[in-house]
Amino acid sequence: MTTTEVTRSIDAKGMACPGPLMTLIGAIREGQVGDVIEVLSSDEGSKTDIPAWVAKAQHELIEVVPDDGFTRFIIRKVR
Amino acid sequence: MPARVVVLGGGVGGTLVANLLDKELGRDARVTVVDPTGMHDYQPGYLYVALGEAKGHWLSREERTLLRPGVDLAIERAVRIHPDAGTVQLERGGSLEWDYLVVATGSRLVPEQIPGLSEGAFEFYSLDGAERLAQELRRFDGGRLKVGVAGIPYKCPPAPVEFTFMVEEYLRHKGVRDKSEIELLSPLNRAFTIESASKLIQPYMDERGIGLTTFFNVEAVDPSAGVVESLEGEKQEYDLLVLVPPHKGAQVVIDSELGDPGGWLPTDKHTLNVEGHERIFGLGDATNLPISKSGSTAHFEAPVIASRIASLVNGSAPKENYGGRVMCFLETGNGQATSLRFDYDHPPEPPKPNRAWHTAKWLFNRMYWETVPQGRIPENAPFSKPPAAKSTKE
Repeated sequence: MTTTEVTRSIDAKGMACPGPLMTLIGAIREGQVGDVIEVLSSDEGSKTDIPAWVAKAQHELIEVVPDDGFTRFIIRKVR
Repeated sequence: MPARVVVLGGGVGGTLVANLLDKELGRDARVTVVDPTGMHDYQPGYLYVALGEAKGHWLSREERTLLRPGVDLAIERAVRIHPDAGTVQLERGGSLEWDYLVVATGSRLVPEQIPGLSEGAFEFYSLDGAERLAQELRRFDGGRLKVGVAGIPYKCPPAPVEFTFMVEEYLRHKGVRDKSEIELLSPLNRAFTIESASKLIQPYMDERGIGLTTFFNVEAVDPSAGVVESLEGEKQEYDLLVLVPPHKGAQVVIDSELGDPGGWLPTDKHTLNVEGHERIFGLGDATNLPISKSGSTAHFEAPVIASRIASLVNGSAPKENYGGRVMCFLETGNGQATSLRFDYDHPPEPPKPNRAWHTAKWLFNRMYWETVPQGRIPENAPFSKPPAAKSTKE
């Protein structure tokens, strides 16, 4: 479990692809540099989509943690 | 005393729910539609206006002509909803009392959210925009044409892909295709939101030389340099840029503090109740539901809301739930189209594009005025059938 303080948490469990990624993109758009965003997603596609987008957009994927029926992604907005 | 039902918005969902309630409840309900313009626009037609295949005046009718005689119409803008008092305040100072409220206020375009978008890009999501784009396409004699999306969520998710296929064909017929480069700038890592549809259309894009840039969420447009920039830090040069503008929920939803930051109503995905409000329902684009913002969604949601309100008025427990049913067409150019039929549990399995689905879309566009707003699409019509796809839960 990360010790980084989360600025905004998005519970996207139950949301179908590409909902969780799109919600993350919206949060990055609205957020400030340095914000740490947590996304909880039960969608399988998120496991590849979210890391791929974070890499392309040059933000930092701090952690990917499997949980009970969902995955927790922690992302820092770096630019 | 009849139950008072107020419907905010005279689009496809608002009109249909009002007509169904009047038909079902008759004198047991007084149904009032509140709409700021009193005009009903068939927005799917704008795509065809942009490509010179339809005229704007075909796409608009007076809302009064689409409502049953028993439904009242107030041509007014609703400015504030008071859930506890059961009233809606109107712009000109009056107010309406309701026992049940349906919020079908749709979505609106907010191009001002993207710097340079209004000056540097064309769009086909409004009639004015589509007419301006049609003029520009008539002038266009080749160059770099980029098509993209400047905000999520946006209505009619297939429209940018449809436009890309259709404009490729348009430029071919005009004789300037070989002098043109066409590229779709997708906000996702594929051409279309739905993976199965994306896989289906990709070979057609390749075959027609349509380029694809993925993960391109438009951040800004520089009209003087002819450059569009993405949130991901990429830049693309263009000669003609066509972008879906960002969307936002209605101001009345925001001002009434009922919406999320985007102005979308938090809505139960099955009952369509606005969360925390048993007598308020969210319909169509106005909701925050994770499904397409489209006329089709509103078309399938409206009977559920009408049935639930009718049950409540009659003193019985509402039974009908919305299962996420959506059906829409996707034009793939060359006189062909495919169809997307899905619900919450069944992803679409779109058929190979063919002429029949293109003809079906054309027929549907023609038949719209006499069918959908009045609820005249029979349950067993091909347009309304749920997918026979296997469940994702299996």
